[in-house]
Amino acid sequence: MRLDVLNRGYGPGTKVLFAVIGLVSRQPVPDAAKLVFYRPDFYGARAKEFTHEAMRGPSAWSVGDRELMAAYVSTVNESAFCIGAHTATAGQAYQDGAKVQAVLADLDSAPVEDGLRATLRMLGKLTREGTVGAEDMRQVLSAGVSREQVEDALAVCAAFNTTGRLADAFGFEVLSPEGFEAGAKFLLKRGYR
Amino acid sequence: MHHGVLTEDSKRAAYRALEDRILKGEGRASPEQRARAFGNAGLPQPLDGLLGKVATRPTQVTDADFAAARAAGFSEDELFELVICAAVGQSARLYDAALAALADAVAGEGEGDGEGEA
Repeated sequence: MRLDVLNRGYGPGTKVLFAVIGLVSRQPVPDAAKLVFYRPDFYGARAKEFTHEAMRGPSAWSVGDRELMAAYVSTVNESAFCIGAHTATAGQAYQDGAKVQAVLADLDSAPVEDGLRATLRMLGKLTREGTVGAEDMRQVLSAGVSREQVEDALAVCAAFNTTGRLADAFGFEVLSPEGFEAGAKFLLKRGYR
Repeated sequence: MHHGVLTEDSKRAAYRALEDRILKGEGRASPEQRARAFGNAGLPQPLDGLLGKVATRPTQVTDADFAAARAAGFSEDELFELVICAAVGQSARLYDAALAALADAVAGEGEGDGEGEA
């Protein structure tokens, strides 16, 4: 990563934890995990709490839907690390990697429900253009999506607009496909906390 | 804006807790610098080069952007904080713009043909 403190600035306890994670997963500790362990009182503790709430907290959206939203927002942002991580996690959550690939390749023709499609379209516009209007929201609501579901989708969008920016600014190392699949397994088992 | 009219949902409140911490809590960068990074406004050179990219085109951040900020005297811990403030600030603006649009859409529904289809 572009800051040396994020590569090396960890205490002995955290270094041991990283070594254990590496042994168990047989993969290097992802930079996304390292970031939240650096001075966690400043960013990591609250970021993990928010992200876990957005991705695994109560919602009418499934875990797979929310991971797909994360992958979609990351694709719009062209954030390579987050695309890899959440494409893998959404694919495992749905047990349908082809569906995830279809959404990321062409949302309009992908085999998903209209409410999810309308929501992804709105998140894409928000992420691309920096804002959306009431008419954009009316289109989502008229596709059968509840107000609470829109709020929940916006939380996912906020989490990955933040994480994606940090991944690209700090220069997270893009993992191998095996590394992303191992990370996805962890995220589905343990969440983001 | 709709602040004070609508109750903030629990997820927005959790993000607000993150915003409050990075802006108002203890840090190596001054609260003024952190607020400017968060707002992407009023930043001195060369910080505005690095942090402006974090906000609006993060894939274009380079090693040279960090090198320029270090050469201007910013420490690694200050840059850690300021990059986070820039990323969270941009995301918070998107989040609030979308929640305001949602509130407008829901309010419009009530004024029109009664309850919406949703």
